[in-house]
Amino acid sequence: GSITTADGSALVKLGNTTVICGVKAELAAPAVDAANKGYIVPNVELPSLCSTRFRSGPPGEEAQAASQFIADVIENSQIIAKEDLCVANGKLAWVLYCDIICLDYDGNILDASAFALLAALKNVQLPSVTINEETGLSEVNLKQKNPLIIRKHPVATSFAIFDDTLLIVDPTAEEEDLATGTVTIVTDDEGRLCSVHKPGGSPLTGAKLQDCITRAVTRHKEVKKLIDKVIKSIKPK
Amino acid sequence: KMATEGGGCCLRPFSCEQGLLSRPDGSAAFLQGDTSVLVGLYGPAEVKVSKELPDRAALEVLLRPKVGLPGVIERSREQLLRRTCEAVVLGVLHPRTAITLVLQVLSDAGSLLSCCLNAACMGMLDAGLPLSSLFCGVTCAIDPNGVIVLDPTTQQEQVSPGVGYQ
Repeated sequence: GSITTADGSALVKLGNTTVICGVKAELAAPAVDAANKGYIVPNVELPSLCSTRFRSGPPGEEAQAASQFIADVIENSQIIAKEDLCVANGKLAWVLYCDIICLDYDGNILDASAFALLAALKNVQLPSVTINEETGLSEVNLKQKNPLIIRKHPVATSFAIFDDTLLIVDPTAEEEDLATGTVTIVTDDEGRLCSVHKPGGSPLTGAKLQDCITRAVTRHKEVKKLIDKVIKSIKPK
Repeated sequence: KMATEGGGCCLRPFSCEQGLLSRPDGSAAFLQGDTSVLVGLYGPAEVKVSKELPDRAALEVLLRPKVGLPGVIERSREQLLRRTCEAVVLGVLHPRTAITLVLQVLSDAGSLLSCCLNAACMGMLDAGLPLSSLFCGVTCAIDPNGVIVLDPTTQQEQVSPGVGYQ
């Protein structure tokens, strides 16, 4: 609830890395081939505010790769069933614009973004929409709000790889720069693997990868407890 | 004749051609079934001062889709290709230079990322760049029955609940 003008928001700090996510909900017509599905549009921004390595202008490669990663997490983990975003089949559906902005870059942006996204989606309150039968127009009731149904809780855990000998969890910017590769593991509630994101970098043995996955599962439990604690502590408006 | 659809642990017929372009230092075309990617490599060449790295070669990857302008997906794939190539290319032998890989998707019938990875590797070999090791890519998909399928076609990728790029 950090951004009052947004339908849902969250601010996450992982050490020095600070990421804020704001979710805005708008109404739109669903796609022709998926008439009962809404849209979730994530966008990760790494403005020049957060670090000297980013210049102002069009989004750089890292921001776009992070946006694609978040889109994949949403798609693969089924965090929200797009059918839940449908208001009227074929006519009206919710579009959730999720803007994830990094305020302070100290490494591990993927974990922080995924965390912020999950917390913000849990915070979203959608106004109820009814379709007037006679006029065919939609009526939005801002007084009556419902929270989003979050089906799964994916949590990302990143590791920095150093030449197949060393693995560091939650790397800072300095560690990331010196690392020869990174791997990000996304796990969901039942300890199942959602996705493994390893954009190149030095090779990793199967045993080491398995080790990373088990650690990611442990971390998932801690993160989930924290999110639940924070959501409970928010006073209803 | 080999099957056109890779079923079970069977890969689609693949082929590769090197040295087909005259201007780039290295070029290769990699075909996996109906998916094909063409790569052109320039380097080690002159680098802009802003992109210069004092101790190693600066690698840049450009991936052009078949239709339209490169979008977010192309950028994330470029990052993956760049980091993979950076791990194998002995960049320290060519400091303050630039190596540019340009990949053009000619046709996409599934397993595009692994085709790009294989094409990039063959392109680097054709250019004669010093490499510490070779790499290759294979796409795996799990079909709705839970059976692992290697080198899936677009159709198989769409119905599968999980696709992995190795």
